[in-house]
Amino acid sequence: MSQMTVKKALLSPIFDNNPIMFQVLGICSALAVTSKLETVFAMSAALMFVTTFSNIGISAIRNLIPSSIRIIVQMVIIASLVIVVDQILKAYMPAISKQLSVFVGLIITNCIVMGRAEAFAMSNPVGLSAADGLGNTLGYSLLLLVVGVIRELTGSGKLFGFNILTPITEGGWYQTNGLMILPPSAFFIIGFLIWGLRTWKTEQQEHD
Amino acid sequence: MEHLLSLFIKSVFIENMALAFFLGMCTFLAVSKKVETAAGLGISVVAVQAVTVPANNLLYTFFLKEGALSWAGMPEVDLGFLGFISYIGVIAAIVQILEMALDKYFPPLYNALGIFLPLITVNCAIMAGSLFMVERDYNFTESVVYGVGSGAGWALAILLMAGVREKLKYSDVPHGLRGLGITFITAGLMAMAFMSFSGIQL
Repeated sequence: MSQMTVKKALLSPIFDNNPIMFQVLGICSALAVTSKLETVFAMSAALMFVTTFSNIGISAIRNLIPSSIRIIVQMVIIASLVIVVDQILKAYMPAISKQLSVFVGLIITNCIVMGRAEAFAMSNPVGLSAADGLGNTLGYSLLLLVVGVIRELTGSGKLFGFNILTPITEGGWYQTNGLMILPPSAFFIIGFLIWGLRTWKTEQQEHD
Repeated sequence: MEHLLSLFIKSVFIENMALAFFLGMCTFLAVSKKVETAAGLGISVVAVQAVTVPANNLLYTFFLKEGALSWAGMPEVDLGFLGFISYIGVIAAIVQILEMALDKYFPPLYNALGIFLPLITVNCAIMAGSLFMVERDYNFTESVVYGVGSGAGWALAILLMAGVREKLKYSDVPHGLRGLGITFITAGLMAMAFMSFSGIQL
């Protein structure tokens, strides 16, 4: 970690060190919001904002925080940012805010935000921390996007609410796969994605 | 009474925190390797959930809800936007108090649960319990029942998962799928099993 560059901080979390597939962080929201692409985008943007700015904020005051109360200080910074995001969503995108329901609030306890703050921002300068926050959320968003596309396309034949494969119910040919809309499908898709990634990058395999 | 009983059953099985809403997944996947540790974590989640949900309910009813401050002579004040920061504060504080109380009065239990308690602050199931309570407008009694029920549901799920994973050790899983991958797929199958409860109307 000694010669950490901005580029490395930004790019390594995308495949080599993906927050969901390798660090096992931030899974709750990844599973719950991926049935539609619209919510995936809102969630990714919200998380990107919160993580980047919390990393910047925490890294800027990292030398002033006494280590015994650092968790509370981090929580206060993160919670304030989440409140800002929640208010903006409620004001400008009420429909999406309704669909995301409690998951906006749950960004506070999203392990990506806390995990990166604790593991990276507490010991690195501001610029690097910003890149790290952005990179990790990019890795998160990429995975959410893949899962979201698979689920919405096969589950309801749509992307962004537009018909791609016209379902039978609307006079088309596509028999929609109801399982894909249901939550368990997200587990299977992520499970198989992990399998794929680890077959490609064999050094990530676990041996026990 | 019947109403409370059905709320309890609903929060344990039909709306299971881990397998129907996918909350607390990070700890669910990370700490489910052994039945013993899973049981310890499960019990502490039930305890914390049973205290924090009612506590946040009181906070919401008497301070944050629109018009809640009328007892202080300020009926037009709406502090709803402070919700997130207050709930997480309450949760962090209660976990800390619980940790100190256990350390003082029940040292064996503290030694068994010790490492898991701080983890619980950032367990999304706890935070979600409070947020669902606010969203569904539960009153105080309902929030006690919901807190215990949702905690028990989560504990049940992690115990089942740990049991499955202990057996899984003896099976020959493809290399790339070992560890996290197969855990995800197992969790998916369990979630499907739990979905069979979803048609039940209480």
